[in-house]
Amino acid sequence: MRYIEPHAHMVSRVTDDYVAMATAGCAAICEPAFWAGYDRSSPKGFFDYFRQLTEHEPKRAAKFSVPHFCWLCINPKESEDVQLATEVIDLIPEFLNAPNVLGIGEIGLNKNSRNELKVLEMHVDLAARTGQLILVHTPHLEDKFKGTRLILDVLKNDRRIQPERCIIDHVEEHTVDLVLDEGFWAGMTLYPETKCTAARAVDILECYGSEKLWMNSACDWGVSVPLAVPYAALEMRRRGHATEAVDRAIFGNPLRFLSQCPKFKPAM
Amino acid sequence: MNRSQLLDLYFLEARARVIDLAAFMDRVNRAEGEVDFRYQALKQAITELQSDDAGYARRVLLKFSDPTIEPSEKAAGKSACGAWSGIS
Ligand SMILES: [Zn+2]
Repeated sequence: MRYIEPHAHMVSRVTDDYVAMATAGCAAICEPAFWAGYDRSSPKGFFDYFRQLTEHEPKRAAKFSVPHFCWLCINPKESEDVQLATEVIDLIPEFLNAPNVLGIGEIGLNKNSRNELKVLEMHVDLAARTGQLILVHTPHLEDKFKGTRLILDVLKNDRRIQPERCIIDHVEEHTVDLVLDEGFWAGMTLYPETKCTAARAVDILECYGSEKLWMNSACDWGVSVPLAVPYAALEMRRRGHATEAVDRAIFGNPLRFLSQCPKFKPAM
Repeated sequence: MNRSQLLDLYFLEARARVIDLAAFMDRVNRAEGEVDFRYQALKQAITELQSDDAGYARRVLLKFSDPTIEPSEKAAGKSACGAWSGIS
């Protein structure tokens, strides 16, 4: 089996996780910029984080023969402070040419506030001006439905944005059609309590087709499972899906989306 | 997979989750104090399961969701609790 982990926060994981993922057939890991679990005190904290994502973490991953890629942004959880966000967004361009940067992400909304929306629009503008792919985080739990609709409005209102170059992550049964109907890609995150179980993710694949969907573990510093994608592949096999269909869902689809960035090269 | 095969694969798991839910409601009922909007949302979500129409997961998720569309003036904290406080 081979798979791509399109969303994992590896700076928060231990080397045993790299070993397990590489052993399970992980051919590439993509790491969106994330909230650290506490607010960073200044743009300098983000500068150091962007260096970690573009310089240090790829070296750590290479020790386990897994190519490492990343996405850059200030996460929506830290977007209430527009002044800080502006200063952080100004730092991003100097990192965009790093060999492992895939685009702008994970941007989006957290509590659906006006300031979060402002910062989302600033990120979308940066991506449009610099021709970057976009990875969008949708809010949690009760805020997801509203946030997904607000995010789609922002993306649709910017005529420079091509939906096939954006993936809207963390979709569930009540948001997946909103995203796919507008031509965007959709990601499913395998968190059993707060997002999708493997069984529900496979349901969504069965109901909405596997054309523009991917699955990810979104493993981070909280309770999460770095092997969630291979476990979902196991669930697909239990349901009787053919080997090729499993390969398409966990390798072919993320490969197709991510290859829109010429820098993306998984281990083949 | 046909219906019988799906029941073979998932019935015990689904049964266990329904019993867990029932036990959770007993636990809440045994305790003192008031329940809040989260419990109310849960009870409304459960009524969706009585329907004969498919689309259960979507409708249950919507029962827990904020249906409004106006952005909030300010982010109140960072976390979500799982149910919309405006539920009636
Ligand atoms: Zn994430």
